[in-house]
Parts: sequence; C-alpha cells; structure tokens
Amino acid sequence: MSALPKAKTDFLPWLLPIVVAAIALPLIGSGSTWVTLTIAGLAMGMMIFLMASGLTLVFGLMDVLNFGHGAFISVGAYVAVAVLAPLTGLVQSPLIGDNLLAILAAIIGAVVVSGGLGWAFERYMVRPVYGQHLKQILITMGGFIVVEQALHAIFGPTQIPLPLPQGFRGSIMLGDSAVEKYRIAAIILGLGVFAVMVTVLTKTKLGLLIRAGVENAEMVEALGYRIRRLFVGVFVAGSGLAGLGGVMWALYREQVTAQMGMEVMVLVFICIIIGGLGSVAGCFIGSVMVALLANYTGFLVPKVALISNILLMVLILLWRPQGLYAVAKRG
Amino acid sequence: MSALLSLEGVQTHIGQYHILYGVTFEVAQGGVTMLLGRNGAGKTTTLRTIMGLWRASEGSIRFGGQDITGFATPDVARAGIAYVPENMSIFADLTVKENMILAARDGAMDDARLKWIFSFFPALEKFWLTAAGALSGGQKQMLSIARAILEPRRLLLVDEPTKGLAPAIIGSLTECFQELKRQQTTILLVEQNFAMARALGDTVAVMDQGRIVHSGQMAELAEDSALQTRLLGLSLDAHQ
Repeated sequence: MSALPKAKTDFLPWLLPIVVAAIALPLIGSGSTWVTLTIAGLAMGMMIFLMASGLTLVFGLMDVLNFGHGAFISVGAYVAVAVLAPLTGLVQSPLIGDNLLAILAAIIGAVVVSGGLGWAFERYMVRPVYGQHLKQILITMGGFIVVEQALHAIFGPTQIPLPLPQGFRGSIMLGDSAVEKYRIAAIILGLGVFAVMVTVLTKTKLGLLIRAGVENAEMVEALGYRIRRLFVGVFVAGSGLAGLGGVMWALYREQVTAQMGMEVMVLVFICIIIGGLGSVAGCFIGSVMVALLANYTGFLVPKVALISNILLMVLILLWRPQGLYAVAKRG
Repeated sequence: MSALLSLEGVQTHIGQYHILYGVTFEVAQGGVTMLLGRNGAGKTTTLRTIMGLWRASEGSIRFGGQDITGFATPDVARAGIAYVPENMSIFADLTVKENMILAARDGAMDDARLKWIFSFFPALEKFWLTAAGALSGGQKQMLSIARAILEPRRLLLVDEPTKGLAPAIIGSLTECFQELKRQQTTILLVEQNFAMARALGDTVAVMDQGRIVHSGQMAELAEDSALQTRLLGLSLDAHQ
C-alpha cells in the first residue's frame, strides 16, 4: 500500500482575522475604540456574509456568474420597507419583543419574495444560458437593471428612510466601549446563519450533495441524483439569504435605495473571491476580513480605507491564488 | 446469454465534432464485455453516451428491454447502471466515508457489502475518515470502483480502471472484477491493459474511428494474433 499524505485541516485562514485584529490594537492605541471598531467590523462582516454566501454556493455548484444577485438584496430591503410601514406600532414600541416581531415579519417577507424572485431568475434567465459565462453576465446584469427600474417605478426614485426599531437603537457599554445594540444583533444573526449552513453542509446528505456538486456536478448526476433540482433549491435559498442580508443592511444604513444592491455587490464579489469561489467558510472569513479592515483603516488612515478591500484581495490572491479555501473541481 | 444492453446505430456529436458514427454492439447479461480500441477510437464517448452525459444524435440504446436513449443521466443511473469514469471523479473535498454515503442512493450503507468491498480494498477502511483528495491514485481508483459497487447494480460501466496504476493495485482491481464476474455482474469494461482484458473478458467489441469494427468472443480474439494486429495495431502478447 502506498504511503498516504496526511489530510490536514487547514485552520490558517481562520487565524487571519485574529491576526489583523491583534495588529490593529496597538496601532489604534485605545482599547475601547478597538472594541467598538472590531464589533462594528464583525457586524458589517456578518451582513456581507449573509448577502454573499448564496452567491458563492451558486457559483460553486452551478458555475453561474450571477451579476443580478444584488437585485435580491435591494428587493429584500424594499420588502422590509413595505412590511414595516404598517407595523409602526411594533417598530416604535419600547418592548424588544415587539421590535423583534416586526423585524421577523420583515425578514420572512424579504426571504420569501427574494427567494421567489430567485426562482424566476433561475427559471427564465439563467437556465437558458447555463455554461455560457458571457451571456450569464449580460443577462443577469440586464435582469438586475429591470428589477432596479421596477423598484423605482413602484417605490419612487428617491431614497426611503427605514428607521431602526426602538429597542435596537442606541448602544450598550462593554467596559469603556460603546457598542451599538443593532450590531450585536447582526453578529448573533450572522453567526447563527453560518452555524446552520455549516451544519447542513457537513451533517446532512443534502449538504454532502451540495458539496459534491460544487466539485463535480456531472458525477453527482451519474450517481443518480437530480442535480438540477438541487441547483434550483440552492439558487432560491441563496436569493432568500441575499434578501435577509438586504433587510439587515438596510436597517444598518437606515435607508433604502434601489442601487444599494449594486453598491454592495462590489464588496460581495471581493469576499467570495477572497474566500475561494464555492467555499462557505472562505466566504465567511473573507467577509469578516474585508469588514474589519475597512473599519480599522477607516479610523487609522481614511484614505487607505477606499482601497483596503482591493489591497486585501491582492494580498490574499498572491498568497493563495484560488482564495483562502480553494474548492477542488472535477476531483 | 441474452443482451442486457444493446446499442444500435448510435451517433454522437460533441459540439461541431462527429465522434460516434453508428455504434452497434450488445452487452450480454451476466458477462464481462470488453470494449477495446486505440486511443481516440470513441470508447469513452460510447460510455458517456450510454450514461446520458452526452446525447446520442441518432440511433437507440436499450437497457433491459427499455429504450434509454433520451434519458437524463440520473435516470440512466436509477435504471441500474453504475459508472466508473476514466478520471475517477471522486469528490476530493469529501472523506472516503462521505463519498460512499453518496453512493448509497437507496438508503444507509449495507455493512456486509461494505466489509466485502474492504476485503478487496482495505485501504478504504484504513482511510475511511480521510479526505479523498489525499488518497494516492490507486486508492482513488479503488474508491471510484467501491462507490459503483456499493449497491448492486444491473450493469457496471468501467472506463480504463488500470490507467497509470502500479501492478500491485492492478492486481487488487483484477481480483475485485473477477469476484464480480463470479457473481454474474454484467460489466462493460474499457481497458488498454490487454492482460486484464484477456483474463476478464467473455465477449469483446473493438472500436476504431467511432465505429465497432469487430464483435465476438474474447477467447477468439486472444488466440488470433493476426486479428489483434489488424484491429488494434499490435498483438495482445506485445502488451504482456
């Protein structure tokens, strides 16, 4: 029997955010400011992860470049506006339970509508151009423009305010550090979604099929599984997650515009490229890294903050050209 | 023996290229049919066309009396055909166990069957929880074959299983195929290793330039070096 190279679990990428945070601490100087910036970065990272995780799976599994993914983010945000508008009582209630109920209603609405839009995108726009990357870019970009203009037509061209529910306003003190309540909620939600995704991907047969399909869809079919259905399911789930991310991002900004999906897509693409296309764990680390770096450099060297994401991507790709976790293709 | 699989005038195009020009042959029930031919003769394309991975543009493919010509790949697999591709196509990021779980399409893995597989391929048991990408080439091939035989299938399509492997590994694979043959498993085997072809094959079909140019008993071809030279460009003995 030939010798087997020992399969090692690659924890190195998980150390990167810790290293970045540790380097930032002495540069920032103040512990309380560092805590505030770190929690802000983590919250932003979680929201980007929510928006990006579906896209990385869609690309990995289906080899589809969906430039229309931002449409699901925008639609999610507008659904939040529509759902929360008649729920003013719950939004303005001093009771956190009422606030949570309002946000939950907005999230459910956004996930359902964005997921439904995702289904239509896959069925009528993406399916005819499977395997044709240039056409995918053009048609999904076109789809995004159609959705964006439809949002303008329905909600008007101006930005719409989306106030945070009363209970999520303000900060709590962690030692000397003021930490916004909403950011803590975003971190909890992001970690929860990541935990669910990892559990599904590693502990269920459905997850095994998705991971196997990301590597070699053809062989999954040859084993007797109808991967087309899996494609549709992942596309819809990814669109729904983008809708969820859209709600969280809109509440974070406290305003909604039809362009917000496209604006955040640059960050989303950077995160999934850094993470390794198709890797959920890589996407998670990439999102956290991008957001932490944006917050640290925004405080330390504001001009550098404008290019910090690109610099990070260049450095990561120089180190690992296929991203933090390269997904094996056609094993 | 009756035919389990029969191809009649199968033509396959890949993009603008015409690869198969009316392939016609049968795979007998309960036997091992060798599909031989030079590189580029169309052997892999034939297997992929049977699996529905490439569509036949003309002709028919019948399996167990059913026309499966237009079947999608999952339906071909569900009809009872297992496939071991030339490049093995194991899922490198998944463990050996996870690869096998996916092969157990109809439910949980059968422990007795698993032990039987381990008796041929003990490395798979040893590296059960190891990422399949870390296995050696021979071990990957073992995994690819184990995946195909984890559940009994009516027909096994195997594409060049010994390609690039060490003789010791080839021995294990041959032993496994011989046991499958004793169990009357129907196998269509593409192979360049003529010693293995001669040891396993009951019948043979030889391809050249996208066509079947000879069909018959393996024993007849094995004993006729002139025929071997005409069909394959050299005699089987030259490959011992």
